[in-house]
Amino acid sequence: MNYNERLSGNEAIAFAMKQIDPDVMAAFPITPSTEIPQYFAQYVADGEVNTEFVPVESEHSSMSACIGAEAAGARAVTATSSCGLALMYEMMYVAASSRLPITLACVNRALTGPININNDHSDSMGIRDAGWIQIYAENNQEAYDNFLQAMPIGEHPDVRLPVMICQDGFITSHALENITLLDTDSVKAFVGEYTPENYLLKKENPLAIGPYDLGCHYMEHKVQQAEAMKNAKARILEVAAEFEKVTGRKYGLFEAYQMEDADLALVLIGSSAGTAKAAVDRLRKEGVRAGLIKLRVFRPFPAEELAEALRHVKALAILDKAESFSAHGGPLFSEVRAALYDLEPRPRTVGYVYGLGGRDVTPDHFRSVYDRLARIAAGGDLGPVYTHMGQRE
Amino acid sequence: MERTYHFKHTLEKKERFAPGHRLCAGCGAGIAVRGVLRALKEEDRAVVGNATGCLEVSSFLYPYTAYEDSYIHTAFESAGASLSGVEAAYNALKRKGKVEGTVKFITFGGDGGTYDIGFQSLSGAMERGHDLTYVCYDNEAYMNTGIQRSSSTPRFASATTSPVGTAVPGKGQNKKNLTDIIAAHNVPYVAQTTFIGNFRDLYTKAKKAIYTPGPSFLNVMAPCPRGWEYPTEKLPEICRLAVETCVWPLFEVENGIWRLSYAPKKKLPVEDYLKMQGRFRHMFKPGNEWMIEAVQQSVDENWDKLLNRCNTNL
Repeated sequence: MNYNERLSGNEAIAFAMKQIDPDVMAAFPITPSTEIPQYFAQYVADGEVNTEFVPVESEHSSMSACIGAEAAGARAVTATSSCGLALMYEMMYVAASSRLPITLACVNRALTGPININNDHSDSMGIRDAGWIQIYAENNQEAYDNFLQAMPIGEHPDVRLPVMICQDGFITSHALENITLLDTDSVKAFVGEYTPENYLLKKENPLAIGPYDLGCHYMEHKVQQAEAMKNAKARILEVAAEFEKVTGRKYGLFEAYQMEDADLALVLIGSSAGTAKAAVDRLRKEGVRAGLIKLRVFRPFPAEELAEALRHVKALAILDKAESFSAHGGPLFSEVRAALYDLEPRPRTVGYVYGLGGRDVTPDHFRSVYDRLARIAAGGDLGPVYTHMGQRE
Repeated sequence: MERTYHFKHTLEKKERFAPGHRLCAGCGAGIAVRGVLRALKEEDRAVVGNATGCLEVSSFLYPYTAYEDSYIHTAFESAGASLSGVEAAYNALKRKGKVEGTVKFITFGGDGGTYDIGFQSLSGAMERGHDLTYVCYDNEAYMNTGIQRSSSTPRFASATTSPVGTAVPGKGQNKKNLTDIIAAHNVPYVAQTTFIGNFRDLYTKAKKAIYTPGPSFLNVMAPCPRGWEYPTEKLPEICRLAVETCVWPLFEVENGIWRLSYAPKKKLPVEDYLKMQGRFRHMFKPGNEWMIEAVQQSVDENWDKLLNRCNTNL
């Protein structure tokens, strides 16, 4: 049964965790994800969950404790942001390579240098190659829905990978929205029990985890991990289909908005998609064939599907809410542009880096991007492919 | 001391650290693991944790494990936190009736993973009160990477990042007193031990540590023939001299009560201990007598402090 509630993104995630009632939660506070362990600690204090809450002394330890717990045979969750995720960096690789389907609620925030608590995607983008599935949300509803889908995806025997459920710090984590929740029994039925084949506490068959892996096996293990990430794509779609049956809400690898006949398009991630949709709506009223793709799943990267969805586009802008200091554009730009390489003809593409450290982005910003795309589509110069948007001159 | 200790009987228990590991001959780490795990009741299971280090790379090379029990290694600095997670999972799953029998949690780290890079995660695990035992096999340097100095390396010892040169005589700082620091966490059981005689001290302390509810910490001096530069067969002699010179006193802190485990009848001079090890070789060159005096003075001070804490008058 679905019912409506007004929740912030952090509340929505904490509430999803409460409904799932995981075995272990280990977390260390960091803005803007702090509220998640805070709400959860209150559920523990009030006896509303049966979870062991481990208030660790750092994020390095929260991920280490989650690894220990998940390896032991338990379902483990955590939440973090920014520098907290950066401190976990080493352990993120350990979690993924040990094939432990931990769920991490990532509330995206800019990385320090200088310190900044507002949203961009530099934290999760910086850790994109650690082997975690990454799913991003545009709004509170998607954050909640994605969190409920994380475990059925990650725990599946064909996948067995950890999952990051990302949402935009403050923009969705602290803003209240009316969202539709699933009743707890339905959540439990949807998420199911965690029943790993092998785990540390299994009586019959002791397990050793975390070997020293020599050259004669290491590569085989990495290939298995890569195969699991490939398998994840189909599983994400399966789980989305099951989720639609329960909730009526439809999810895919990305959302294509007004793309059927679009000549001009954007690809972007997260809450800015809502703002960009407003720009698309206005342009459509003016007769401009504008559309956008909001990427939901960044890992595994849906390269073939994106190429197919963008095949007919004349000019495309790819927007990164993260700098990679490659001097050639952000990570999303590089990967989306590469995905289009084998198309003939292929869209002409430009990249933008925007919204760093919470810099505001408005429909007018997107409007100016579409204006540029229109000139490119009409045969104009591509101009510089790597620029920034929204900064003061 | 356990009155019922019987060396022969304990050796008859099934080994939980199997032969076939790749530790060096004359290494203390394997002796520590074997000795500690021997203190487990035979009917109990264990999950063994491990910080990255010599022990880890020598005891679990894929696809071979030397452990009869479940084992987890995650990283260098995370042994305390990882085992915290395992213990938390046990509590949760036990409550839900998903785990059978008693499982104990014991993690091993070298001094690098314990005194230094893993210190925070160890401190956190102790403070939070997890029911686990952290065992440091203290070989007084980062042996796995090639004998670099640690905060546990004693003053004047030669290590590859505190080498003896014409201007600098080895490590400049005294050894960190980690056992004291963990005792200051007010955990139920903390002890310092090494390999002495029939292993009664190690066995009884390991048993207490494992079976005292709550967090416990064992600091086991575990010499390294490569780093300390001694012939492998001299390991027991070095351990004995560490205790007889009071360089490494045997004691325990049980619920805040400090207790000396052994008092030498006649405290031997530190030279007896130092001269057996190549890492202190330079201290015996003419003109360097002051180094030995400084070590003796430091050992004497620490010993007096310990006697005071243990309320012992010799």
